This record gives sequence, structure tokens and C-alpha cells, in this order.
Amino acid sequence: MKSILVLTHADETGSTLTRASLEAVTAALEITTRLSIPLTIGIVAADASAAATALASTGARLLAASGEAFAQARYSSDAAAVEALCRTAEATIVLAPSSSRFARVAAGVAHRLGGFIDTHITALALQGADTIEATRWFYRQRVEAVLSRDARPWFLLLDTGTNMAFAGYASTPQVEQISVDLPALRTTVSGFRAPSQGTQTIRPDARMLLVAGAGWTKKQADGQIHAAEAGELILGFLQTTGASLGSSKSLVDQGGDGQPVLPFLTHLNQIGQTGSTPRHAKGLSTCCHGEEPHVVGWRFIADRRAISLDPNCGWTRGKADVVYIADAFQVISKVNALLEQSNAS
Amino acid sequence: MTNAVHIVVCAGIVPDPLQTLEPITGPNGPGLKNEMVLPAVLDPWAASALYEAAALAAKNPGSKLWLVSLGPKAKLQQVMMTIAQKVAFELVPIDGPIGGFPDATATAAVLAEAIAAIPGLDRARLLLFGGWESATRGAGVTLQLVGERLGITDQFQGVDQIELRDDGSFEVLERVEGGKHQVSVCAGTPAVLGWATGNLAEPRNNPQIGMANMRTIMPALAKAKKVALEANSLRYVSVALPRQQRTTRVVKDLTPDEIAHELVEWIGAE
Repeated sequence: MKSILVLTHADETGSTLTRASLEAVTAALEITTRLSIPLTIGIVAADASAAATALASTGARLLAASGEAFAQARYSSDAAAVEALCRTAEATIVLAPSSSRFARVAAGVAHRLGGFIDTHITALALQGADTIEATRWFYRQRVEAVLSRDARPWFLLLDTGTNMAFAGYASTPQVEQISVDLPALRTTVSGFRAPSQGTQTIRPDARMLLVAGAGWTKKQADGQIHAAEAGELILGFLQTTGASLGSSKSLVDQGGDGQPVLPFLTHLNQIGQTGSTPRHAKGLSTCCHGEEPHVVGWRFIADRRAISLDPNCGWTRGKADVVYIADAFQVISKVNALLEQSNAS
Repeated sequence: MTNAVHIVVCAGIVPDPLQTLEPITGPNGPGLKNEMVLPAVLDPWAASALYEAAALAAKNPGSKLWLVSLGPKAKLQQVMMTIAQKVAFELVPIDGPIGGFPDATATAAVLAEAIAAIPGLDRARLLLFGGWESATRGAGVTLQLVGERLGITDQFQGVDQIELRDDGSFEVLERVEGGKHQVSVCAGTPAVLGWATGNLAEPRNNPQIGMANMRTIMPALAKAKKVALEANSLRYVSVALPRQQRTTRVVKDLTPDEIAHELVEWIGAE
């Protein structure tokens, strides 16, 4: 292995590196330190100076593709920037975070360079001086595989949350500004839109995930549907715990079927086979059957509890650590009251 | 007719999500046990792309829709019996391997070649659709690679919405971190859109659409080109099911009050 390039990019501010980028730097440093090979870090940002200062203590060669064109995350300009960084670095292994920005362009750049790509890598292991083995999941987190390639350049996109974020000391960097041949830019990013009205319920950095299942909008013991009360309880829980909100597909889909819905839920909240696979330390499932297509989205949640009225639900079959057979309306109401009391004192 | 588009949807077939999957390693590398007899469905995110494509084509008269699908001919036929009843399309089948373990670069090469050979396809008006990730490999790279091979440099991933404007430009909503959408405006076709769930429900079965589709699907399947996929030096060291199986404590005899206290303690614990 001759050298490694790790690609990083700025967040929406245009200058500060994303956490995912800093995690990729940690992964790259582990390999280059063990093999005593050079590390190059590529930065894509509107203004790369702050990022370079944060990375200077790595001792790596710093390359930057910066300028107004790179303030926006779009395929044509980002692919050109990443291609230019890769060609300058001449690295055989290219690491990058699986961020939406790099996931959009990395495969295209790998193709331009005659290389290959594997994504959603959760672990890297060295076998000798030339072989990297990468771990990733298949079939929506149901099958785990370790793979390797001899072909180079090999692009590896690392899943977020799988490494510590690099935290060095700030020092004066030496940055090589890379010239990028931009194609005609036909796409303009006009901004961002939060899909739900009111409070953002998706919080990737939260310690805890609360999942709401379809049971919240079904008939309760009194024969009535209490969707409004369900919404208040769920939002109350999110407010007092700071948790992120996930949902089963069936609950999100109810909106399209004309059934009662929780107005703050969208497909972005969906966890599982056709949703996301978030990383949180803890997860609490409520009113959800715990069927496999949903539970595959819990693969990276270590500590799991569930509240369900069904003692034979999927969660009881080795998918959760604790399952409470109880009415979630009653339990969450009391949990919210206790937490509010605790927060007030 | 100014907004008539040519939409090509790339969609694979995947095991029904409710099936139990067991990986095995054979002479040709890893696969799934009884893969050929597992019930299959159209890849879910790619299915979203197909339904969105059909809706877009319907809104823009003169548009055309093709579905390009790679898989064993018999499995393709099985899945098409269902999908053909949902929306009208012209099938471009490719008879090849199934599953998530073949290399994405090889898959993309085969798909790009098939798309480039579609008679009557106007590549200047092309919208290349597909799922942003498959339910098998889940790499999110195949569509991007196909786009590069076709020379398309306006690409969008995790798309939930496209709005075609009168001047031929379109607005796209892409999923980004933090539960948000990035809003972009592209000057016009050609473009690649890797779809997430979109906003449309699954269309109901329509036997008339099914009958019309099957008239072209069966001959297309009969003529499907057989392909093999290059390994591109991809080597699997191990393929296994996750070992983690929890010992679940099922709590049936606590009151809601007692459960709430236990949960609050758990929530507060580091």
C-alpha cells in the first residue's frame, strides 16, 4: 500500500468539517500509523482554512478544493473536486465518510479513475502490509460480510458512528490549493427544507430513539381512536428526553390510506427495510409488532426496550432486551410526568 | 409536448422482506440458501422510482417509460406478473445473476449497455431513475455508475420529489443528514435520480394495464440477453448472519406506574 487519501468536507457553514469527516480521518490515521505510510487529506469546502487548521496536527499532506462553487453540495462540482483531489494525491486507497455529499459522487469518481468502490463500511482491518479487509452489511443489515479487493484505486465509504471523531490541536497548516476544472453547472442548490412542520423530530445525535408503531392510532380499550392524545404523548416524550423519533412503515403509510395519522411523521422517520438504520445508544419501541422488516433498522441500537400489548410480538423473540406487556398510552403518560417532575426539580 | 421525457427505471428483484435469509458459499462465491425459490419482489426503493416515473410520465404527454431489470429470467417473469398490473411500461430484461453479492461496477456496466441500446430512447430527454440503494447490496452506487457511463453529470440521490417546470427545468428534493431535504433546481434533462420513498402510494392492481404490459413483456423476456458479471477482484472473506441474539426479559406483571419508574431510571442511566 503506497498511500492513503481521506476525503473530508465542510458542513452547511461552508468551513467547519463534518463529524463524519473527522471520523474518517481517525480511521485513516489508524492505518497509516500502523503501516508507516503517508496520509493525504483532501478538503472540499467553500473556505478550507478552518478545516485545514483543525487537521494540521495530523501531520498529513493537506489538499484543498475550495471556493464558492464548493459551497453547494451538487454532483457536477463535487465530482470534479474529488476527482482533482484524487488525481493529485495518487492514492491507492481512498477513504471518505458515507455522508450524503460524498455518497452522491464517490462512485462516479471511482469510475472516472478506473477504480472500484464499496460503501457503508462499518470496520476496517489490516492483513499484512497490502491487504485491507472491510466489513459491511448486506440485505438491509441482515447479513454481515467481510470483503477485500486487490484492484486499485479502491474507494471505501465509512458509515458514520463507527470511529471516534479526530480531535487534534489547532496549528498553522500548509495547504495545497488544487485547481479544479469545473464543467458547466446546470444545478443550483436553493436551500434546505425540513419536512415536518414545527419541531424537528429526527435528531441523529440523540442518545435515544423512540419508535412509534401503528398501534398508537388504532382503537384503544374504550373502542375509540386517540390519535391526538398519542401525538401529544409522543411529542411530550421527545421534549423531555431529547430523543429522536422513528416510526414503523405501517404507521407512516397510514396517511396515504386515509387512516388517522400523527401529523409530524413523514417517510423520513421510517426505520427498517425501506427506511433508515440510525445509530443511537438506546431505543424504545412503542405500539410496534417488531417484525423483521422493521427490526433490521435497529441493527446499530445496542440497548433495546419495547412496550407492547402483545406478549407474542416480535420483540419478545430475542429482538429486545426488555419487553413490557402494557398499554403504551398509560406508560408514556406516566414516564412524561416523572421526567417533567425530575426536570423541574 | 415540450416537457415530454424519456424515463428509464433501473430496478432489481429482491427476496420478499419477510423471508428468512441464510447465506451460503458456493463455487461462484456467496449467495443465499434456496435463493431461486425464495419469493421475490421488485426492490422497494426502485419500486417507488417506478411509481413516481409513471406518475411523471402521465403528467407529461408524449413521455415514455422503460423498466430495466437484471435477474434470472424465471424470477423476472414471476415478479413482472405482479408489477405489470401497477403501471404501464416497456420492459428491458437482462438475464443474469440475482442477489447482493456481485460487484456493483459490473452490474452498472451491464445496465448502461442495455440502456444505451434501447431503440428510440432520446438521451437528451433522459431521466434515469432507480432506488437510491437496493435491498440486497444496499451500496447506493449502481445508479451513479450507470449515470457516469452514460455521461450524465447531474445526479441526485435519496430523492423524495421531482417537480418538472414548464421551461424544462425541475426542482428536486434530496434527503440529507438531520431529517432534512436539500432543494436543488436543475436546468433540465438528462439527469439521474436515485429515489427514496417518494410521496406516492403503491398503485392498485389494474388488470387492463397488466394485459397491455404482458403483450410486450413476454416477448421481451423471451429475447432477454444472458450476461455474466465480472468479479472485479472483489473477494469475500466471510459472509454470515449476525451472531447477536438477545435474552429478552418479558415483563408482564408490573403496573404502568412501576414500568414508568423503571423506564425513567433506564433513560437516565449512562
